[in-house]
Amino acid sequence: MSKRIAVLLLAVVFLFGAGLAGCGGQKTSQEPAKSNQTTGTTTPSQQEPKKDELSGSITAGGATALQPLVQAAAEAFMKKHPNVKITVQGGGSGTGLSKVIEGAFDIGNSDIFCEEKKELKEQGKCNDLVDHKVAVVVMAAVANKDAGVDNLTKQQLVDIFTGKITNWKDVGGKDLKITVIGRPEGSGTRATFKKYALGGQEEKAEMQTDSSGEIKEKIASTSGAIGYLATSYVKPEDTKIVALKIDGVAPTKENVVENKYTIWAYEHMYTKGQPTGVVKAFLDYIMTDPEVQGPGGIVEKQGYIPTKDMKVERDVEGKVTPKK
Amino acid sequence: MSDGRRKSASRRRVDLFRELQEKLGFLYLAASVALVLLVAGAVYFFIFYQGILPFTRYRLSLVEFLSTTWSPLGSPPQYGALAFLYGSAVVTLGAALLATPLSLGAAIFVAEIAPRWGDRILTPVLEILVGIPSVVYGYIGMRLLVPFVRDHFGGIGYSLFTGILVLTVMILPTVTSVATDALRAVPTEIKHGSYALGATRWQTISRLSLRAALPGLLTAVIFGMARAFGEALAVQMVIGNAPRFPKSLLDPGATITSIITMSMGFAAEGTLEYYVLWTLAVILLLMSALSIFVVRLLGRRRVYA
Repeated sequence: MSKRIAVLLLAVVFLFGAGLAGCGGQKTSQEPAKSNQTTGTTTPSQQEPKKDELSGSITAGGATALQPLVQAAAEAFMKKHPNVKITVQGGGSGTGLSKVIEGAFDIGNSDIFCEEKKELKEQGKCNDLVDHKVAVVVMAAVANKDAGVDNLTKQQLVDIFTGKITNWKDVGGKDLKITVIGRPEGSGTRATFKKYALGGQEEKAEMQTDSSGEIKEKIASTSGAIGYLATSYVKPEDTKIVALKIDGVAPTKENVVENKYTIWAYEHMYTKGQPTGVVKAFLDYIMTDPEVQGPGGIVEKQGYIPTKDMKVERDVEGKVTPKK
Repeated sequence: MSDGRRKSASRRRVDLFRELQEKLGFLYLAASVALVLLVAGAVYFFIFYQGILPFTRYRLSLVEFLSTTWSPLGSPPQYGALAFLYGSAVVTLGAALLATPLSLGAAIFVAEIAPRWGDRILTPVLEILVGIPSVVYGYIGMRLLVPFVRDHFGGIGYSLFTGILVLTVMILPTVTSVATDALRAVPTEIKHGSYALGATRWQTISRLSLRAALPGLLTAVIFGMARAFGEALAVQMVIGNAPRFPKSLLDPGATITSIITMSMGFAAEGTLEYYVLWTLAVILLLMSALSIFVVRLLGRRRVYA
């Protein structure tokens, strides 16, 4: 009896040890499996007639808004280059920036310029980062349809979000209390909205959440609610919410590329220093390949605007210059 | 080469093998205990180490930490966490106040009045309630309770009150099952003694069973409160998460847990904001440590349960 138990215990110990070792050693055990192609053996690869020289692994992570876009591009890229492994994580812009600075991520995704994170800028940590502006995201003030408003002046927008105007009837809508839904401080979307919609003033929100889906749901279900969202979240079939025009200008691509509609931001992919090797190849692909940036490509499908379509450029300070 | 010597040699081998078994077994158990202690110690040390930094490295004063303005990106940045502490305290106490009478009633029913029925029906129902993931509670709260509160109580529906309602349902099973066990542990002999003295069933329950089981009942409530205090997801979905000081129960508020989950993505590592979130985690840890301590203290006072 006791012999059996002892054997069992031993087995458990060994399994435990093997499991631990397995966790640590996963990376190494997966690598050699496919490396025979790069060593010049003439195994014809199924996907590509040409011999693929690219191999390696990339870790990208950060802004959740960018995650689906990078994920889709990564999957397409990995199909082309079967020896490349790309992992895309979320975690938020702050995470993306700090992890790329400390070298944990090869690519840090962020909704904001690194310089907009005051502490990082002051510590000089942004200096060795290289910015790749992969797309432009458009944000709209979105209200519940019950308010009966589809256009606000810039001043009205500021007054609503700072709490000066508290009823929709003061801006030509119904007699209905305004409920402002905001985002937590530190959110890239909030920073953009503050800068380009509220003229730098702080919002006073009754509710906060940073999940765009949740904000959309809360606006749709709360009569009199207003919040802001990336326009990719506002779909034609949404009957309960309306993306507001600002001074009569709608948040459309045509208006954004000429900066007539000003509430937009770049989506950044940062690398520490100039990218090399497989990281460079992937960034080249995501920045220039028509599959990603072209008409009907991944960027447009996800509701963003390809950076190359912009007719203007905007720097960290918000200075806008016509594109050369 | 005699018979006896061979036997003793084989016996010696058996003895050796047994000794080895004993040693290995002991080693395995000792290693497990050491690992558990190490993990627990490491978690405590890590959280405290990070959570203390705002006060030591960044010279954040306790007064500022206990103010009501939370604005990590303001100029100057402000880290007043009082509104969240208040929010956490209010929803926890509120849920305990609502859940305790209900749970106690259910527990008395199961333990004293209808043990068979309770075992067959109420216990499984409560076990199912325990098994529901918190995201589901949050979702039900968001879809059903929020409109209900908005239409019947006023406000916008996302409020401390809604959070209290969701938490009440969530801690009911915990409180009920612990309270039931406490009541069941009261010996039948003293109940019989009570009846022999001419007490009615109600008098026996209220003056004898409840009193005898009091430490256990308090333990039940504390367990429920600890769960309520640490619950993040379900509360976050219905409470509104405004980092302002709520004026009434129907105002949106925030709790410590909801602020941590909301802000963790933005706080870049190694910044003050990042460490302040750890400080909030320390508070959660201290609260759970405190509740465990109180439960132990009550355990010492127990006579029957």
